[in-house]
Amino acid sequence: MYGVGIVKGLGVTLKHFIATYVDDLRWLGHRYYNPEAFAVRQSPKARGIFTVQYPEEKLTLPEEFRYIPFLIYDELEDGTRQDRCVSCGICAKVCPPQCIWIVRLDDPETGRPIPDPADFFIDVDICMNCGLCSEYCPFEAIRMDHDYEISTYDRFAENIYDKEKLDRPASYYASIRPRNYAFDEATIVEKKAKKAASEAARKQRAAEKSQRTNE
Amino acid sequence: MSEELSNNENPVPESLQGQIAITSLDKIYNWSRRSSVWPMTFGLACCAIEMISTAASRYDMARFGMEVFRASPRQADLMIVSGTVTKKMIPIIVRLYNQMPEPKYVLAMGACASGGGPFKEGYNVVSGVDKFVPVDVYAPGCPPTPQALLHSLIRLQEKIDGQSVLEVPWYRREPIEEIPQPVLGPDLVDPRDIPDFAEKLKAQEERLAAEPE
Amino acid sequence: MTEEESPQVEEATREPDDMEQQFPGVLTLDERKGYGGYLVPPDKLVEFATQLRDELGYDYLSSVTGVDYLPEEKMEVVYHAYRTQGGPAFVFKAQVPRGDPVVPSLVGVWLGADFQEREAWDLLGIRFTGHPNLRRILMWEGFEGHPLRKDWREAYYEEDAKPFENRFPEGGVYRIEDKISFGKNVKYPSEFSPEGWIPEGDEGLYAGVGQISTDGNGGTLKTDQLVVNLGPQHPSTHGVFRMVVTLDGETVIDLQPVMGYLHRNHEQIGERNTYIMNMPYTDRLDYISSMSNNFGYALTVEKLMGIKPPERTEYIRVIMAELTRIVNHLWSIGFLLNDLGAFQTPALYAINERELVLDVFEAVSGSRMMCNYFRFGGLARDLPPGTLQTIRELIFERLPRRIDELDLYLTDNEIVRARCIGVGVLPPEKAVAFSAAGPVLRASGVPYDVRRADPYGIYDRFDFEVAVRYGGDVYDRYLVRLQEIRESIRIVQQAVEDIPEGEIQTGKALYQVRVPAGEAYGRVENPKGELGFYVVSNGKPNPWRYHIRAPSFINLTALAEMCKGHKVADIVAILGSIDIILGEVDR
Repeated sequence: MYGVGIVKGLGVTLKHFIATYVDDLRWLGHRYYNPEAFAVRQSPKARGIFTVQYPEEKLTLPEEFRYIPFLIYDELEDGTRQDRCVSCGICAKVCPPQCIWIVRLDDPETGRPIPDPADFFIDVDICMNCGLCSEYCPFEAIRMDHDYEISTYDRFAENIYDKEKLDRPASYYASIRPRNYAFDEATIVEKKAKKAASEAARKQRAAEKSQRTNE
Repeated sequence: MSEELSNNENPVPESLQGQIAITSLDKIYNWSRRSSVWPMTFGLACCAIEMISTAASRYDMARFGMEVFRASPRQADLMIVSGTVTKKMIPIIVRLYNQMPEPKYVLAMGACASGGGPFKEGYNVVSGVDKFVPVDVYAPGCPPTPQALLHSLIRLQEKIDGQSVLEVPWYRREPIEEIPQPVLGPDLVDPRDIPDFAEKLKAQEERLAAEPE
Repeated sequence: MTEEESPQVEEATREPDDMEQQFPGVLTLDERKGYGGYLVPPDKLVEFATQLRDELGYDYLSSVTGVDYLPEEKMEVVYHAYRTQGGPAFVFKAQVPRGDPVVPSLVGVWLGADFQEREAWDLLGIRFTGHPNLRRILMWEGFEGHPLRKDWREAYYEEDAKPFENRFPEGGVYRIEDKISFGKNVKYPSEFSPEGWIPEGDEGLYAGVGQISTDGNGGTLKTDQLVVNLGPQHPSTHGVFRMVVTLDGETVIDLQPVMGYLHRNHEQIGERNTYIMNMPYTDRLDYISSMSNNFGYALTVEKLMGIKPPERTEYIRVIMAELTRIVNHLWSIGFLLNDLGAFQTPALYAINERELVLDVFEAVSGSRMMCNYFRFGGLARDLPPGTLQTIRELIFERLPRRIDELDLYLTDNEIVRARCIGVGVLPPEKAVAFSAAGPVLRASGVPYDVRRADPYGIYDRFDFEVAVRYGGDVYDRYLVRLQEIRESIRIVQQAVEDIPEGEIQTGKALYQVRVPAGEAYGRVENPKGELGFYVVSNGKPNPWRYHIRAPSFINLTALAEMCKGHKVADIVAILGSIDIILGEVDR
């Protein structure tokens, strides 16, 4: 009979319409602005309307979420900042749209390059948020930020991020990406141990060598 | 009322500026405008998909009075430039912008629309829609997530809130100039360049002659 | 392309192989190291192609593209033909001098060569004699030069290959357009004068649109015919796509697609990038199904490198690719209904489900749409804890129910049926001739699915059916998509059950991979159809040629054929049923 399909379809819309009210009953009026209900509402178990009431409610970002990169510094006990970046330039080399610029200065006395970058630029009007820089950084220094609320009125003044704007403490990194942070810390400890071991081995070899020459 | 206010022959006295009458009018005026910013149905690339997602039920732009996507520029207040602007497309974008009635706003969504984005080096890509059309808010990201887009829309509302009927350009007596539409030739030609274009061409020829490749 | 065909023979004299014996004087084996296929002299191309199609059964032309071999002063046109019964490709090439590249057109043999040859003309400047409408397709008429030629330089040209030198170490940030304010590399022709110059209009385009004569004698009297432009800014063209339509009243007489409004030079940028850099760019091809694009590119480069990913990775790849298919088809069904006039509601229901799958993608890869998740011989990272559980909840509980609901909601709807059944019919022989792919091909009754016909990854292990319908109209394309969602759910269900623990990366993840010289054509069954990557390596860190066989681009070849004789409103529905994505059409 003509019209049965349409009526069935209307039934589906009606079901969707009612589902929200049923869900409202389930939460006894606490469906909104309630973290517990929000988590269920945004999961595969969701029923009824699942609108995020941005900006009051915000979706929990998964740990791997990536937006603009940032640079990590460690806060030393005496309060100074220790950059993790040693300006090796791998991020600038791997960056697909080439939006990373690194300024490295030479030490005026020794003439050797200073490992800390003098400045570090990311043009966020070019950055494609791909995360390759953080993936291939060998010093756990550049990581992807979670902050997406960065709209501006003037891109010429604000959209090239310099080092000051990119720098974040390691504690911030730990707060947004706890699992990655733990993994990175383990890697750093491992690397330090390896370095110490190789250093010790080198010293020992040198000592043996000098002993042999002495003999 | 606004006509009266914009009448330059009767300027508001210095001492009265910012007084109750104007500020409350501004408030009402801005409130009504920022709560009904109608965007144009105008998707360019990847960001358009996120724009549609923002309009869909999870992020729901209707909460800001923005769900009425208009297919015609004549009925739209906001142009969300959502994606890579190419040289082939920019004449049409400029034409659409000119067709929009004042007050109009432009939101450059994503890295491509803001400054060329990852495709900036491409031979057919315009490095930023603001080369041709004035942009009010830039939303970085590739693509900006729906929440990031919502954030930039809120920023736009804030911008509207900061405006005053006394200062906005569209109540002035003199007509607002249209943006000249770029033309496609051997490459994209900006009509605003045409007066000194011939000189540039000459300089280019000289340079090419000087350094033969 | 198969390994057996690639030349291993070292000695100078070599016995001619079977194909060469069958076509003496026509075929010569391509003996460059790492290459495969045969060389055909250009003057014998049409004759050979006809024989290949009619006698050997290679009825499906997958890809046509050109390669600019600048050091050898040669242009090469590469053809990949397949049998619709399945099996590997037959690759043949025609080489012509670079100064005057002229190749006979194969449009007479395979209609699907039409747009691809126009693209090769536009970007590489290879002229195809006998092509019915050899005009630029992505750039505009009057554009100076052919940008994919290796000696062509664009306005903001920096260097031939990435990484660019000036990013490090001396650094110093700048915007390139400030540095080169007036395109130093744009060469305007010497006679060009901005004042006296009249921009080229669309006369050629309009002349190409067929017009019927009404005086009955084939004369030129035209009555009641209207040329209408749909797009590029049109709410139902799925982006910046333009169609020039000739109408007789409301009936479509002819239609010409115009594209390139989103041509963002993917291939040229791809040839400048290193191999790994191209991975995030592939996300932006068909931006609704980025995981599948990653899959295709990873497969192709892995083919060149000769590596295979570990077992767990293979499973994760299949899960992700199939979830992408679900997402894509949900989107396309939703927006097909939008195009039919069922404004928003079906699309909103479909987007709801899509959002939940995108949450999985975001958790896994870090981004909702631009996943950039695959690596050569592996993945960017393993699945985060809890993700597999979410996928289970989705594909065992939520999605099957929701797909049934969508089915109930739309399939029997009388309006949908009235608008879709019998509209935009593409008969099977035409579908094959036009090189249509994916749901468009399968809705026409050709059960051709790369996952089955030429299995890649571990697709041969899964139990699934190739969705096929026989009507070839909009309704059948819709049904094929619905069926494919169900099959994808089945595949993911099997994959989630069987997924082993273990490594996800073969070898070490390197930012500079070593790719031996040679060529490879890898293809996957993308939600839109067959996505192919043709990559030529010369052993350097950047690909020499990087070409994409974009399914939505080639599916559009058949658009005019499908629309003729229908009403204007049906064009929108037909276009919706092809399911194009402009990022992929224009690249």
